[in-house]
Amino acid sequence: MSKPYGYLALFESAPAVYHAARSVREAGFKKWDVFTPFPIHGMDGAMGLHRSKVPAFTLIGGIIGFATGMLTAWYMGQFDYPLIVGGKPFFSPIFPFPVAYELTILLAAFGTIGGMFITNRLPMHYHPVMNYDKFRHLTDDKFAVVIESGDELFSEAATREFLESLHPAEIAVINDEEEE
Amino acid sequence: MSTTADQHSQVSGAYSRPDVLEEVRPASIPRRPLIENNRSFTWITQKVCGIVESKTPTWWWVAFIICAAIASFTLMGLTYLVSTGVGVWGLRNPTFWGWAIVNFVFWIGIGHAGTLISAILCLLKQKWRTSINRAAEAMTIFAVICAGIFPLFHVGRVWFAWWLFPLPNANAIWPNFRSPLEWDVFAVSTYGTVSILFWYMGMIPDLATIRDRVPMIFEQRMANAGTAGRQAFERFYFGFRRLFYGILSMGWRGSNRHWSNYEMAYLLLAGLSTPLVLSVHTVVSFDFAVANLPGWHTTIFPPYFVAGAIFSGFGMVLTLMLPLRAIFGLQDLITQYHIDCMAKICLATGSMVGYAYMMEFFIAWYGANPYEGFAFVNRAFGPYAWAYWIMISCNVITPQFFWFKWVRENLWLVWILSCFINVGMWFERFVITVTSLANDFLPANWDYFSPTIVDIFTFFGTFGLFGVLFLLFVRFLPLLAFAEIKAVSKQADVHGHH
Repeated sequence: MSKPYGYLALFESAPAVYHAARSVREAGFKKWDVFTPFPIHGMDGAMGLHRSKVPAFTLIGGIIGFATGMLTAWYMGQFDYPLIVGGKPFFSPIFPFPVAYELTILLAAFGTIGGMFITNRLPMHYHPVMNYDKFRHLTDDKFAVVIESGDELFSEAATREFLESLHPAEIAVINDEEEE
Repeated sequence: MSTTADQHSQVSGAYSRPDVLEEVRPASIPRRPLIENNRSFTWITQKVCGIVESKTPTWWWVAFIICAAIASFTLMGLTYLVSTGVGVWGLRNPTFWGWAIVNFVFWIGIGHAGTLISAILCLLKQKWRTSINRAAEAMTIFAVICAGIFPLFHVGRVWFAWWLFPLPNANAIWPNFRSPLEWDVFAVSTYGTVSILFWYMGMIPDLATIRDRVPMIFEQRMANAGTAGRQAFERFYFGFRRLFYGILSMGWRGSNRHWSNYEMAYLLLAGLSTPLVLSVHTVVSFDFAVANLPGWHTTIFPPYFVAGAIFSGFGMVLTLMLPLRAIFGLQDLITQYHIDCMAKICLATGSMVGYAYMMEFFIAWYGANPYEGFAFVNRAFGPYAWAYWIMISCNVITPQFFWFKWVRENLWLVWILSCFINVGMWFERFVITVTSLANDFLPANWDYFSPTIVDIFTFFGTFGLFGVLFLLFVRFLPLLAFAEIKAVSKQADVHGHH
């Protein structure tokens, strides 16, 4: 077998994995991750993650939505088929405002959820960590730190020793079976 | 001398901590736990996933068949309507908005509690929302589906309903964006879509948990399956489950790099849904308020409609959650504290609605408009007085019982009161819609509106439709947002503030 995907250290409690994550970050690893059944408050700071980029997608969606609403009302009422209704102007930014407002929210929401999928590279129905025999517990009641073998600081012996110093419940080797 | 120096240092901002504070030990005020009996993560997972993974209980089939039978009434009503014409709905001069719009506003209002719980309470960091938000969001979506039926068929020739959207058609004519009814099309369709997105995104981590448990449950079921036919069935059924939950969970693996983006997206969706939910019922109220009819043409309508919507929605959440809590034994996750909170929101919004009723009367008198004044006196003492007083007793008096702790702790009483709220809020919309239309400016136009049997069938059936959808949700999707419940439990706190 070729090089493993990485090492996994299993932890039984949220505080344990939190402190482990801080240690891994301080050791200078870059390609690593923490797997938890629920979002742990403060874990982003412990891992040193940057602020999420999802809001950019939301903003773009919202702007497109608002512009779509206003342009639609202008194009249809003023440009394509001007029709006098109650002696009112063909276009005004006031009356289509509810429509533009709702479209702003609609497309911003699509931008948000789309942005979440894009930044997370989901859907991804296979991932090496799913080969771990206790993976089921990582979406239930246990926590894990995974250091990938692709990391510059990774070495089979030293990384294992480092993970052991974090006092995990167990350490497992994760293999990427699909690459064989 | 020293006291002035102390005072001076405090005023100047160079704050020195007074000595007395070192002697005071602040009492630790016990907070009511969100999860009773200190349940573990595994227990929570097992409890919620167990609902989806256990064999279908008999009561579920009984309830499903009853609901499906009730839903067929809507089908009958609509079939007759489409094949005959919209006249079968009892809509005639001057009441062209009868039960159709009443039912639409009623169902849309029900949905608002779900969005309030998932969005506004999320922004306000109300942690108790986690136990009830999933079911309430499901309720929102199903209520919007039921609501959508009525305006859709009210247009008359339903096969032209797509003209409501700005799509090119053979007449080369576009929708009128000046009309509140057109705003409604955008508001309600956006509301339905965003509610589904929010609901689905919240479910992804829980669906992943169910996905990861499929092989384990499959082995248990195979061990218990006696015959070869039974085993073949289980193999087929769990193959389906593997695909179903596998595809829906999008390959979620609980990575914290994902959680980081996920939580941001969740917060943003909550931030987007908050103005959305407030705007939807505002636009619904514009359907009335933009018209010049006495009793409708008031600026109080948007806030009054939103408060009423949240009131009715929480009534429905209580009506649904109390039986589910008892059936599935969820007392440790949906605690008395949660029920207290919901009852108090009913009390607050119910009181707002009561205030709005009073204020409408006051303004009708203070405005000195004889038509407006007549409209309100006519509501309370005219031909529909019976509906008005049902509305007042259910919406103004009922929630006031929630001031008392012993009422909030008597769950039968809470359930009965919540049913009264549902009834009262339907009558509110009936009173608003029908009294204003039936007795408007010219007495020669007046008429007494009565629904036809088709009206009654169509409305009655929507409860069955709602029930069918909700039962399917209970059976196949995680009823409680257990990843979020775990995140607010004591064990999830990494800093040890136990």
